Amino acid sequence: MTHRHERTLRVGSLARVEGEGAMHVRLDAGGRVREARLEIYEPPRFFEAFLAGRAYTEAPDITARVCGICPVAYQMSACLAMEDACGVTVGGQLAELRRLLYCGEWIESHALHVHLLHAPDFLGYASGIDMAREHRADVERGLEIKKTGNALMALVGGRAIHPVNVRVGGFHRVPSRSELARFAPELRRALELALETVIWVAGFDFPAAEAKHRLLAVAQGDRYPIDGGQGIATDAGYGFRTADFEDYVFEHQVPHSTALHAELADGSTYLTGPLARYSLHSAKLTRHAAAAARAAGLDAECRNPFRSIIVRAVETVYAIEEALRIIDAYEPPERPWVAVPPRAGRGHGVTEAPRGLLYHRYDIAADGTITQARIVPPTAQNQAAIEAELCELLEAHQGLGDAELTDLCERAIRNHDPCISCSAHFLELHLERS
Amino acid sequence: MTGKPRLAVFKFASCDGCQLTLLDCEDELLALADTLEIAHFTEATRTSLPGPYDLALVEGSITTPEDAERIERVRADSRFLVVLGACATAGGIQALRNFGDVRGFTETVYARPDYISTLEHSTAIADHVPVDFELRGCPIDRGQLLEVITAYLAGRKPRIPDRSVCYECKARGVVCVSVADGTPCLGPVTHAGCGAICPAFRRGCFGCFGPAREPNTPALVRLLREQGEAPEHIARVFRTFNAASPAFRAAAESVDDPDREVRS
Ligand code: SF4
Ligand code: SF4
Repeated sequence: MTHRHERTLRVGSLARVEGEGAMHVRLDAGGRVREARLEIYEPPRFFEAFLAGRAYTEAPDITARVCGICPVAYQMSACLAMEDACGVTVGGQLAELRRLLYCGEWIESHALHVHLLHAPDFLGYASGIDMAREHRADVERGLEIKKTGNALMALVGGRAIHPVNVRVGGFHRVPSRSELARFAPELRRALELALETVIWVAGFDFPAAEAKHRLLAVAQGDRYPIDGGQGIATDAGYGFRTADFEDYVFEHQVPHSTALHAELADGSTYLTGPLARYSLHSAKLTRHAAAAARAAGLDAECRNPFRSIIVRAVETVYAIEEALRIIDAYEPPERPWVAVPPRAGRGHGVTEAPRGLLYHRYDIAADGTITQARIVPPTAQNQAAIEAELCELLEAHQGLGDAELTDLCERAIRNHDPCISCSAHFLELHLERS
Repeated sequence: MTGKPRLAVFKFASCDGCQLTLLDCEDELLALADTLEIAHFTEATRTSLPGPYDLALVEGSITTPEDAERIERVRADSRFLVVLGACATAGGIQALRNFGDVRGFTETVYARPDYISTLEHSTAIADHVPVDFELRGCPIDRGQLLEVITAYLAGRKPRIPDRSVCYECKARGVVCVSVADGTPCLGPVTHAGCGAICPAFRRGCFGCFGPAREPNTPALVRLLREQGEAPEHIARVFRTFNAASPAFRAAAESVDDPDREVRS
């Protein structure tokens, strides 16, 4: 099929993503990509504006509502930023419990994306539920892993969506040793299932693609990054302190999106999320996760966005192993929280949401009132990189018919598990061919 | 068409948490999918079939002119319309704009506010169209959601009590954090449904399920004062996820304006 005319392809509501948006691409008669837009049309909700005037202690509960899919990421980045502003570090078992809660979110979110949102693309179904007709065992396995993640969040955080137990300084109540120990068998069962999932997804067919962007992920010492860290790692030969984030990352507004676009200071697009984490930190994976990655054919780096489903499956194994390690070593702290008396200042917090790096910055007054808030969510950071990937795919596959090309573009977007609700919010796909 | 009842899920301004609750029904999801046809549910499927729908679940609040029109179409297409969560029943956290200047908010977040189309107020679905049932919570409770779906499929009213969180503490055997520890708690005026999670975690309820039926907020405001809470803090505890619900809104205003409280 040849197209000697201009082509416009458009998808109205991108499915199996969180939040609302569209895609719109246009190719000229020569096959050049004229436009490739990821349009985030989710209505803005103005969190940064109404956080001003609230108490610093309210930020974890309020910012959780940015996103129902990764509320813990919001709670953790907010807590770290507030503690940073007040000059307090939360360490020891309280920090481990935070990581444990966050593992629950990784397990839940990754299992949801891998089995219900992403796998149907590889096997050709409209949904995970349709896929269950012929792949019942795989979907049931995914639901069981997901349920374990949710149960872990409820155990540590009170509930799976918008946990209530998190506060600046720690938790309202900490679990007993036996409460956690009782949960370990469920996690061990989930570990077996998660390993099966790695093998399952490794067998899919992956279109060739290579993400050429810069990669950005939190650096958390010798640990694979989840719940905080010493700073930010990049593949550009430099790292930087969390407090310097805004000297390295710049956001600007584009007319077609309610999410801001981010780029590095030198103008390059970058990617955050599983591919970045894995490529920068794969050496820090735990035993089963590392072995599973190798068995699934992953090298030390993975830059094919379609293979992000394997990385998510491997990270699920990792999060379960981490959860088991934390539970095994757990000693209840003396108090559920450390005191965080307010003082005037600025604080920064950064953690790894399942979809990538989430940065918060707050200015607070001496009495703890927030005077300014800034939130940079992962999908907004990835938006420019996703558009660049669309351009490359469109040029490489322009011989495809409209339906196939539209499909491929939608898949390219879903590779990143974009969370439109988080970014300000998601996506309709418009592929123009006139 | 399959002859099964047709379910549709729609999203307006929200965090996706309430519709995610449906996917979080891990044990029931596949069985549900066997008994009804999922005609529209963007977060879960590419399938998007036109109405009419037997049951529409709506998450989120109305914040743009386009959404104010879209909800009319959803209503026209749906036999039963059930709205989910604080966003859909009370305007949600984004209704905090109702108490400020939305223009100023846009300027805080966006360099080019003129690109952004938004309404001054974030409003509940029932402010726009008639709704058949309002399920509360931020997020909603999974068990209550299943009850609502099964009730509508069976043609009966859902059994969702509208008493307060206090009843759930008693039912669960949780010690009252307000009486025992003097912890400020909105439980007495907050709609039941969560199972009293916060008191069970030694935390006062912060009202995420919104007002219970006929809540005695003046009495609670007096109690919070006696417990030493500063007035601006008391006003703020009513201004979170259900800030625009009439009862919580009035309670916050009564603290802002002490004359009103004397009258109440
Ligand atoms: S009510 Fe709460 S959980 Fe539900 S969509 Fe709104 S913000 Fe999310
Ligand atoms: S106790 Fe109150 S704030 Fe906590 S979950 Fe229940 S309704 Fe929400």
